Amino acid sequence: MSPLFEIRKNFLVIKVKGELDHFMADQIRLLSDTYLEGTRIHNVIFDFKDTTFMDSSGIGMIMGRYKQVKRLNGRIYAVHVGPAVERIINISGLHKLLRVARNVDEALEEK
Amino acid sequence: MGQLVFWRNEGEAAELPPVKDNRLSVDFPAIAENEQLARMLVSAFLTPLDPTMEELSDVKTAVSEAVTNAVIHGYPKADERNKIHMFLENRNRLLTVTIVDYGVGIEDIALAMEPMYTSKPELERSGMGFAFMKAFMDTLEVKSSKSEGVTIVMSKVIGEEKGDNREHE
Repeated sequence: MSPLFEIRKNFLVIKVKGELDHFMADQIRLLSDTYLEGTRIHNVIFDFKDTTFMDSSGIGMIMGRYKQVKRLNGRIYAVHVGPAVERIINISGLHKLLRVARNVDEALEEK
Repeated sequence: MGQLVFWRNEGEAAELPPVKDNRLSVDFPAIAENEQLARMLVSAFLTPLDPTMEELSDVKTAVSEAVTNAVIHGYPKADERNKIHMFLENRNRLLTVTIVDYGVGIEDIALAMEPMYTSKPELERSGMGFAFMKAFMDTLEVKSSKSEGVTIVMSKVIGEEKGDNREHE
């Protein structure tokens, strides 16, 4: 399944559908650059509502986006975090770099 | 749609139904698309053991990490002949997964296994692959030397988690 991209204000919402592995991480990295490079979009929301699996490739990709937006004082949000994704985020220490919100609207209101 | 919930209390784990020992041996090309295939194969292999969601997720993640390592690091140059061998074995609920590649090998295994270490930061690798394999399996063994590929052997007992609940539809 392919990831879905949506722009809300100066946020890029990435809906991660299915399994966030090396293959999908590469797709998201390539596509998100078109939205983030040289634009006014400085924040990224990862929507994990339909995510069934995530491994260290997903961690690497999210860390990459974090470095990308941090220079512009942007933030990374994770919403609809289920048990499968939560465990990986916590074990990797990624939870220290991103903000967890319940849903997209809640993340949008924070900033 | 009916639902039956079985509670498994401490001490009952030994009463899990016996499952016939089984083996699966498969070779596939070292391409990113086959990381998913490897996960699906190990999931299907585990189905008769009725693993918990957590056990299944642990094993899938560990297999995904090992196969991804072979695709990215074992074979830095894409070639259709690049091959990964996967061997799955269930012996009395002990699952053993062996993943073999015939690529460039690892010179310094201890360094490669350090959490957050990656030889390919430009590819945004997190360096967590081996750490996840270690965290999610009971045992992990890595055998390699330069230009002789990598063999990963990892094992996990399936069904030992006690006091969890299982849901069957």
